[in-house]
Amino acid sequence: MSNWVEVGQLDDIPKQGSRVVETSDYNIAVFRTVNDEVFAVKDECPHKQGPLSQGIVHDKKVTCPLHNWTISLESGEALGPDEGCTNVFVAIVENGVVSIDLG
Amino acid sequence: MKEKLVMIGNGMAGMRTIEELLKIAPDMYDITVFGDEPYGNYNRILLSPVLAGDKTIDDIMLNTIEWYEENNIKLHAGKKVTEINRIARTVTAQDGTVEEYDRLLIATGSKPFIIPVPGHDKEGVISFRDIKDVDTMLAATKNFKHATVIGGGLLGLEAANGMMQHGMNVTVVHLGDTLMERQMDKVSGTMLKKSLQDKGMDFRMEAQTAEITGNGRVSGIKFADGTSLETDLVVMAVGIRPNIELAQQAGLHCERGIVVNDTMQTYDPVIYSVGECVQHRGETYGLVAPLFEMAKVCANHLAKMGIGLYEGSVTSTKLKVTGIDLFSAGDFTGNEDTEEMVMQDASSGLYKKLVLRNNKLIGSVLYGDTKEGAWYFQLMRTGQDISDLRDKLLFGESHLGDSGHGGDHIGLMSDDTEICGCNGVCKGDIVKAITTEGLFTLDEVRAHTKASASCGSCTGLVEQILEFTLGSDYEAPEAKPLCKCTDHSHEEVRQAIRERKLTSINDVRRSLNWKTEDGCPACRMALNYYVQSAWHNEAQDDPQSRFINERAHANIQKDGRYSVIPRMWGGMTTPNELRAIANVAEKYEIKDVHLTGGQRIGLYGVEKEVLPKIWADLNEAGMVSGHAYGKAMRTVKTCVGKQWCRFGTQDSTALGIKLEELTWASWMPHKFKLAVSGCPRNCAEATIKDFGVVCVDSGYELHIGGNGGIKVRATDLLCNVATEEDVLEYCGAFIQFYREDAHYLERTAPWVERIGFSRIEDTVVKNEEKRKHYYKRFLEAQKIAQVDPWKERAVDGKAKYEFESIKVVQA
Repeated sequence: MSNWVEVGQLDDIPKQGSRVVETSDYNIAVFRTVNDEVFAVKDECPHKQGPLSQGIVHDKKVTCPLHNWTISLESGEALGPDEGCTNVFVAIVENGVVSIDLG
Repeated sequence: MKEKLVMIGNGMAGMRTIEELLKIAPDMYDITVFGDEPYGNYNRILLSPVLAGDKTIDDIMLNTIEWYEENNIKLHAGKKVTEINRIARTVTAQDGTVEEYDRLLIATGSKPFIIPVPGHDKEGVISFRDIKDVDTMLAATKNFKHATVIGGGLLGLEAANGMMQHGMNVTVVHLGDTLMERQMDKVSGTMLKKSLQDKGMDFRMEAQTAEITGNGRVSGIKFADGTSLETDLVVMAVGIRPNIELAQQAGLHCERGIVVNDTMQTYDPVIYSVGECVQHRGETYGLVAPLFEMAKVCANHLAKMGIGLYEGSVTSTKLKVTGIDLFSAGDFTGNEDTEEMVMQDASSGLYKKLVLRNNKLIGSVLYGDTKEGAWYFQLMRTGQDISDLRDKLLFGESHLGDSGHGGDHIGLMSDDTEICGCNGVCKGDIVKAITTEGLFTLDEVRAHTKASASCGSCTGLVEQILEFTLGSDYEAPEAKPLCKCTDHSHEEVRQAIRERKLTSINDVRRSLNWKTEDGCPACRMALNYYVQSAWHNEAQDDPQSRFINERAHANIQKDGRYSVIPRMWGGMTTPNELRAIANVAEKYEIKDVHLTGGQRIGLYGVEKEVLPKIWADLNEAGMVSGHAYGKAMRTVKTCVGKQWCRFGTQDSTALGIKLEELTWASWMPHKFKLAVSGCPRNCAEATIKDFGVVCVDSGYELHIGGNGGIKVRATDLLCNVATEEDVLEYCGAFIQFYREDAHYLERTAPWVERIGFSRIEDTVVKNEEKRKHYYKRFLEAQKIAQVDPWKERAVDGKAKYEFESIKVVQA
């Protein structure tokens, strides 16, 4: 089941940065890469639940601010020898407006 | 269609090249590999521990047969290549297999030299080079009593030791009068011989083999002086020769090895060569560390990136014989231009010899105690001027007044010794990861174990463990690249920023051919700092290349909330400020109020969106950011000084406030702390600060390069000055020199040790012109920097997006 929500303008998210969408259950981090691609993942690192939205965005990855785990924004999987996964939400940009599917 | 890359020689250098290539250009080539041996790629250097029974063949496999399948590499294992046709661009193997290539990589390595004496082809005469040789030796240990090793070099002694472990009587026959003469001088060679004799090894020194006797199978050796020796097995370990036959047949220019240029190309530009088979700038290499440097350069060119040159290597050696500690590196014999430092204690079995030229370390031999080997090797590679260390050099890094980790001996540590306190990684975990995962570099160990991946203070220890575990396999890169996105070192990057006037991170990446589009967390933050430090007037800050603490101007805590620490100039406060802090704490229900080590008050557990509100309240009481979250000037700690104290010699609080007014809001390579003590009793602990002032009756002692923390380092006394104005000028100049010279994330303590105290003294004390120059630049930069980031955000509305959610979705 789809549950699309408009979250805001692409320009509201800094390039190589992130903004937070609050829901009643948890926060979702919406990322904008250097090439204006948009991704959304649950704002919790699989390691110690660090807020990924506060990390450093590089390529299609984010590095968690607490212990430097690097998470793929495409799959939500921890990269390198680290193992773990955070939820991924489908995100799209249409006419400069970002929407995500809360599922 | 993809181009075809064919590699001949399935060994460590060649496969390392393929792995590096797969990392940077995974889909560029269809890759085919030919190997003589019917295995995947294994760590040849660890054959000695296999022979000694410390490891199994499985332990030393680097790439299994399955690995080749997973990476879509066609492996012809057990097929010997017999011909290269450079016109048709094909290679042909003994069994008739033909493969075409667009680019060819020759990594045929070396073969053992067999002395052509009569009888050298008898059964039971072998070399020590591959798994088959190890199998032959192991079989011999079951059926025979006496083995002879010809050649008392590194490999020969390891072979002899291995067979002795299995209960054989072993004699080592050596032509010269010193064992391992390529790595040892006479004194240490004699000590080594004595230790091995004590373990039960026999020696025939200065003995020239004339003939190997026996009827079909070897039964003895005759020497040139007429004497003889009975033996059941002969292992020849008298050196290796580059394996160049195939290249020679193909008409490639060879001398002792296949001649290659700095990009690892042979005289045929589509044919590359790496490893022990090559001759580069007249040198051939037999140790694995240089081969890995070649591999990296070669992969880069195969990937058509066109950067990176191989410019030769300095190598070091360790003998892998249990119970014998021996280290050797560089030129340890010396000549009329060099000087020597020697320490010898025969009864304890200790020997150290250092060879110096122009105040630089160029060679060393250590016997009995090798824990300083890594440090000496580092001094050699970096070419550091050792004038300042001269009186302590021979005693080692642990005698540099550093009460941290320097004195630990890796070999004596138990497996459960904790190495990385941040991530709880023990020595055993690291050693296991190195051996089972086949790790060779610091980065790999960090990725797999997390050791030294947080605060980094145990980096040296981890490097020592790597060196200890791998022996000569390990070599840290000469000038460490800034990060994985570039081959350039910190110095090269900073120089380019200055000389080419690069004022943004993007300019730097473009100008220096960065390998990644937008960098990684390591280089982004360093570059953002470097461009601003060099061009404080022009460079723009990139907030996305700052760690969250510096973006949010508050310290992120483990639960994702933040702390707020306002500035208290010189550690002084007022009832009004205290009231404001108390009001804020109550109003926003702040859970913890804590006194920090730098004489400030911290409020902990603040939600991010509340930060600007708290800052606005604190601003109203006249308080500004304490920068307790940044790579920045943190605090100036003071005692009450002569205002109140009966011992005080100067007004330390007033001076502390002046220093804080001068230096606040300055960004640094790392955090930076100051203190002013009013008398030599030093209650403000100024001698463990980055810049400390100890007031004396006649003026002020200035101290630099101290820190508390994990690795306590007491300061060096920079100089004495007479007035407060002098203190400010010296302080500003010192800071600016540090800001423009140190690596990002390098505190003053390791920086002072790396560049040497005299360079700082020359710049800040002895040369007035330079001091004034740096002080002036500091004042200029501070004019722009000294804006309260809290006020900008709380009152002026800067970077609002940082503190607000983009959307709240109601359930």
